[in-house]
Amino acid sequence: MTVTGKISAIRGAGPAPAHRRRLLDQDWPRLLRAGAVLALGQVFIALSGMPVSFDRRLLIDPVLSLGYLSLLWLPLVVGYWVGREQVLEGMAAYTRGGRDVAAGAIAGLLGNAGLTLLVLGITHFDIRDPLVNWSPQLLDILEFEESVWLGTLIWPAIGAGTGALGGGMHWAGSRTSRTTVTVLLSVFGTAVLESVITDLTQGFHVEAVSDWLYGPKRGLTYPAAIAVAATAVGVMTGLAAYRASPARDGRTTRGNGAATVGGSESARPAWRRMPTRRAMNLVLTVAAIVVLPLFLGRLTNELLANVGLFILLALGLNIIVGLAGILDLGYVAFFAVGGYSVAVLTSPGSPRFDPEIPWFGALFAAMLLAGLAGLFIGAPVIRMRGDYLAIVTLGFGEIIRVLLLSDWLSGTFNGAQGITNVPGVEVFGLATVRGFEPRSVLYLVLVFCAIAVYVSWRLENSRIGRAWMAIREDENVAEAMGVDTVSAKLMAFVTGAVLGSFSGAILSAKVGSVFPHSFAIIVSIVILVVVIFGGMGNIPGVIAGAVVLIGILGGPNQPGLLQEFAEYKILIYGALLVWMMLQRSEGLIPNMRRARELHIDEMNQDVWLRAQAAADDAHNEGGNPRGGRL
Amino acid sequence: MLEITGLHVEFGGLHALNNLDFTVEEGEIVAVIGPNGAGKTTFFNVVSGMVKPTEGRLLFQGRSLLGLDPNKITARGIARTFQNVRLFNNMTVLENVMVSQHCRTRQRILDALLQTRRFRTEEALVRDRGKEVLGFFGTRLTGYRFDQPASVLSYANRRRLEIARAMATSPKLILLDEPVAGMNPVESAELTQLIGKLRDEMGYTIVLIEHDMSVVRDISDRVVVLDHGEAIARGTYAEVSANPQVIEAYLGQTTDGS
Ligand SMILES: Nc1ncnc2c1ncn2[C@@H]1O[C@H](COP(=O)(O)OP(=O)(O)OP(=O)(O)O)[C@@H](O)[C@H]1O
Ligand SMILES: [Mg+2]
Repeated sequence: MTVTGKISAIRGAGPAPAHRRRLLDQDWPRLLRAGAVLALGQVFIALSGMPVSFDRRLLIDPVLSLGYLSLLWLPLVVGYWVGREQVLEGMAAYTRGGRDVAAGAIAGLLGNAGLTLLVLGITHFDIRDPLVNWSPQLLDILEFEESVWLGTLIWPAIGAGTGALGGGMHWAGSRTSRTTVTVLLSVFGTAVLESVITDLTQGFHVEAVSDWLYGPKRGLTYPAAIAVAATAVGVMTGLAAYRASPARDGRTTRGNGAATVGGSESARPAWRRMPTRRAMNLVLTVAAIVVLPLFLGRLTNELLANVGLFILLALGLNIIVGLAGILDLGYVAFFAVGGYSVAVLTSPGSPRFDPEIPWFGALFAAMLLAGLAGLFIGAPVIRMRGDYLAIVTLGFGEIIRVLLLSDWLSGTFNGAQGITNVPGVEVFGLATVRGFEPRSVLYLVLVFCAIAVYVSWRLENSRIGRAWMAIREDENVAEAMGVDTVSAKLMAFVTGAVLGSFSGAILSAKVGSVFPHSFAIIVSIVILVVVIFGGMGNIPGVIAGAVVLIGILGGPNQPGLLQEFAEYKILIYGALLVWMMLQRSEGLIPNMRRARELHIDEMNQDVWLRAQAAADDAHNEGGNPRGGRL
Repeated sequence: MLEITGLHVEFGGLHALNNLDFTVEEGEIVAVIGPNGAGKTTFFNVVSGMVKPTEGRLLFQGRSLLGLDPNKITARGIARTFQNVRLFNNMTVLENVMVSQHCRTRQRILDALLQTRRFRTEEALVRDRGKEVLGFFGTRLTGYRFDQPASVLSYANRRRLEIARAMATSPKLILLDEPVAGMNPVESAELTQLIGKLRDEMGYTIVLIEHDMSVVRDISDRVVVLDHGEAIARGTYAEVSANPQVIEAYLGQTTDGS
């Protein structure tokens, strides 16, 4: 009696089940906070000029431009965020229910009221002076080229709608929300990838596909957008059905041969099959990468070549930051050393060094010099830790640029005029790689990317790679365990520097010229963002990071797919970096070691236990006859 | 094997170690005990090179250890564990014991890049030695555990892995800083036995810091008692535990129940 009494008392004291909560029973302070943040964010985006400069880029032909999208995504995110888990007694739990939808809607409504205020403010007061980026087009966009009243009323409604959608992600359950996200991303992706897809269809002579997909003014056509969405839904449901189907399990067990000892059979092939499947995937990927550029047009090849240059840089920095854990903010120095060494040695336009040597010769010199630069920068900072180290490397990165720019060395580097007339790459008399042939540049870049991947991969699984990781984990302990930390860290600098110099060497041959301003601090920062965004210490992650970020946004001096972003990409890179740091996120593809989840461990444990049991059985069976004989 | 005379360590006026004399003979198990803050861990830090003494002589196998970096000292044959377990958490169990063979291996970067014969044989050796060392603790750190990140191990297993990592450096002298802290009595008894095996079967000389008096009693040949950075007593467990100075400084406080 008392016990049940207590239980009911506890129930009564605890929160009521989510579905019984009234929609408006919300955490209002939190909602207000989220609404205020959203309002600030939206007004900031509007006044930064993004909606205006992105408006020309249509995503879905008549209805959605990138400009409007820039005002739509934030309510979605905030809507998701306010409906997020609730922490009860230290346990995070998702409270699924209409409450989340309402919360999202309210936050979206409140936030977009900021835009309403902005519209009213603009129409009633002259705020042109303090707000430089304000333009009449912004007002047009915010009013949907109709009236002020439409503008003031519709934004909160849109906010409520998108916020509700964001909040509804929790309510809908993981499968539906995953499908929704996939649909949104695939429509967005197809729209963004317009130039690449058009290029591809031209390469394969199926222009009809891209003609149907995209309207005359760029952007997906209506039916095409629906078709893409439908395909995405189809693929998702198909995949889900495939995963759930018993046929899949049946096929795999049949493939394993006759079932003898169930445990050991299912254990062994799981390990065995992996490498072959991975090898097949690898071969296919490599083949695709080798063949694909043949079918791509100039623009896409150029884009991919730029992405490749940054993959090289990111892989190099990944060795220093991701593996050895040394936060190097001056990585651009090695890029510059590579670029300038090749330019000075190969160009007839360089003031000194008259006998010009071929690119491959210059590359060796560049590697050597970059290695020396690695030692030179590494040696003084090797005993430093954390913040100090980061700041000193930042300084070294700048020093190199200033040296290149200086009058003192202008006899060699030509100061601000830079070095022009850098010839292309003669590949052993077979072909010449020049900047105006993006395809050949891309192949050259790919070869060096392959080298960089190989080097990273081999070193990661070797004595020095383990030493780097140990230093990253705990430098003092690494040293106490016998790791020569000084030489290991220097080695990280040298290796990273050499990989970075490849990129510089290709860049100067590709562009045909080098200037000091191409090697500003921002390059270091962008490479760092790529590495962090992709997943520190993880080769596929770093590559994915470069493909996504450099591909879409572009590098500091290189355009990406969304050329409209050019003005804003530094802002976006900065925002990304801050966000990644705040979330302590592990990146797109986290380091496998870190991300390994508990259930995988449990699975491994199971597999291992069964294998042990099977081995014991086998042992006993083998032992018994002998025992009989004795 | 280890001869220390007149060792002083100061941290900004605080005498963490004060005129400490200490010798360890080959094949001994010496326990260092003393109240909290007595300077026991500092003593280990000095021997392993992580803290530089202000004064004193440190001889290991007749050669001075002064001024050597920790990794050089490890290469000479002194390995240690840490009181507050400090594993390489994001590396796998096997990698933890592979990396600590660093100073016993010679492969160069080019070997790894070219996958030379030398690289492959050495890598296989390192791996096997790692597995062998982990196997010392039964099946607790073997099998599927090889590839688990060290961070998922239980507390007791982390302590075991710390010892395994020290063993993998192929030392002559092992310094164990509170090896059984936080273990339950069964685990503690088991590990005590293993520490005995470390000496008897592996031939290591062992210095251990321990608060658990039953472990000290069971295992140590000699006990050194530190208080305020000074050695206030030495001798067998029986001698030391009868010493009134020790009882006042230490035993009286913590073992009044037993
Ligand atoms: N790096 C350091 N800097 C300053 N003071 C230190 C440092 N390391 C240790 N000390 C001080 O030296 C004294 C001895 O510390 P130590 O860690 O050696 O004690 P301990 O005997 O290991 O104690 P416990 O039993 O708690 O582990 C303490 O007062 C401690 O605060
Ligand atoms: Mg201590």
